[in-house]
Amino acid sequence: MNSIASNSSLVRLDGVRFAYGEREILRGVDLTVHRGQVVAIMGGSGCGKTTLLRLIGGQLRAGSGKVEVDGQDLGHLSTRAMYAMRRRMGMLFQFGALFTDMNVFDNVAFPLREHTKLPAELVRDLVLMKLHAVGLRGAQSLMPSELSGGMARRVALARAVALDPMLMLYDEPFAGLDPISLSVTGQLIRRLNDALGAASIMVTHDVMVSLELVDYVYFVSNGVIVAQGTPEEIRKSNDPFVRQFVHAETDGPVPFHYPAPPLANMLDGVAA
Amino acid sequence: MSALDATLRKLGAMTIDGVWRLGFAARFFLAVLRYSGQSFLRLPLTIREIYFSGVLSLLIILVSGLFVGMVLGLQGYDILQRFGSSDALGIMVALSLLRELGPVVAGLLFASRAGSAVTAEIGLMKTTEQLQAMDMMAVNPLARVVAPRFWGGVISMPLLAAMFSAMGIFGGWMIGVVAIGVDDGAFWSQMRASVDFRYDVLNGVIKSFVFGVAVSWVAVFEGYDCHPTAEGVSRAITRTVVYSALLILALDFVLTSFMFRGP
Repeated sequence: MNSIASNSSLVRLDGVRFAYGEREILRGVDLTVHRGQVVAIMGGSGCGKTTLLRLIGGQLRAGSGKVEVDGQDLGHLSTRAMYAMRRRMGMLFQFGALFTDMNVFDNVAFPLREHTKLPAELVRDLVLMKLHAVGLRGAQSLMPSELSGGMARRVALARAVALDPMLMLYDEPFAGLDPISLSVTGQLIRRLNDALGAASIMVTHDVMVSLELVDYVYFVSNGVIVAQGTPEEIRKSNDPFVRQFVHAETDGPVPFHYPAPPLANMLDGVAA
Repeated sequence: MSALDATLRKLGAMTIDGVWRLGFAARFFLAVLRYSGQSFLRLPLTIREIYFSGVLSLLIILVSGLFVGMVLGLQGYDILQRFGSSDALGIMVALSLLRELGPVVAGLLFASRAGSAVTAEIGLMKTTEQLQAMDMMAVNPLARVVAPRFWGGVISMPLLAAMFSAMGIFGGWMIGVVAIGVDDGAFWSQMRASVDFRYDVLNGVIKSFVFGVAVSWVAVFEGYDCHPTAEGVSRAITRTVVYSALLILALDFVLTSFMFRGP
């Protein structure tokens, strides 16, 4: 665990349950993230990882249980207080979610212009610094449609950290990136987190890259946390789920087949 | 379950769904009004939308207005000359445009040209998570994206209807006076004498304002509420055009029955 502030938790989930209508997604999740930490939440597709991230970002409210960010219970925040909280959060969406009607510079300047009354020259300097940090100062006048997937995500990252957030949320930051962009993005996440003294939570299923850069890992399956530990502990783990996930085995606790009646039963109609 | 049972259930579900959605649309409308203050404080955002919805629709509005006016000139002359009153052509052209055709046809064109574009834009912003990203940056998409587009439409619509009517009267004049040879003086003087500012012009403007609110509301709501997929956006655009057209025609009947009851 990171030594910076191991006793100060920034995000705490306590018995969180969540359902979309009848369909239960999370069934009692406990999770803690400390300042200075980069934490990965892993699990197969559709296991409730993204829902977890949305709960922490306050986009969804927990059915029961408590989601606490910086000591405040998100379930009881007014819209205004929630917006005040989000000014201190940054979120990187899976495909960047850049505003397509603005160029790179204006995208990164957006949160600064919306939330501060800084003079234009200062905004310009800040934007250039953020773009420099992600290596895209030279791309400032390009439109999002002119960027590659990896570049778009780096611009979105610069935009997400524009207001120096205390908490960064990443939704599948590595999905669909080439190996170079992938390791660049990974390093940026670590570096920005350490430079800002923030905490970062990323939802991912990219095991190898994540284990290299995070401080702690939670495994989610079927709406509960099935395993957790430092990357070292995870690599050594004998838990069948963790083993299957880390070694990418096709069958194990996570079945290859979507639940269905036996094949023979379903083929009867054809045979007859 | 019998077939009748299934049909009744489906009908019931559709009704509940429809009522629910209408209620949601009404609450959405109130929320847009609530956050409208900001879009007026930041006027450039709204002016930009007036440009996209209004100025860029100008060409289709003007051309259509011209043709509708020219048709009115031909048909009007044909009917009026049977009664020996072709001098009244100016009145007929002006009144039919100002009272009905201006607001209604401009509204229908506006819905298909600008309303559909607004739905597509908001729908795609939703699909590509731009609205969510904005919300996560503590910027309310209703205030930043939806309200300016709504007011851009509401402000543009009466202006476009006025341009449509003006162009239509010009078209009617071209056919009636220039091409057919109706007396120029009679055309204009009869029009001036018979068109009442409050009864005819103002009522037409009120109509076009109401249509502007209806079309803009439908357009922003359908975009915001669309299913975030390619198919969802395309369906939302279709709904915008269909619902806008139906709303315009139904509202036109209601407004006409209240406004024009004779002297």
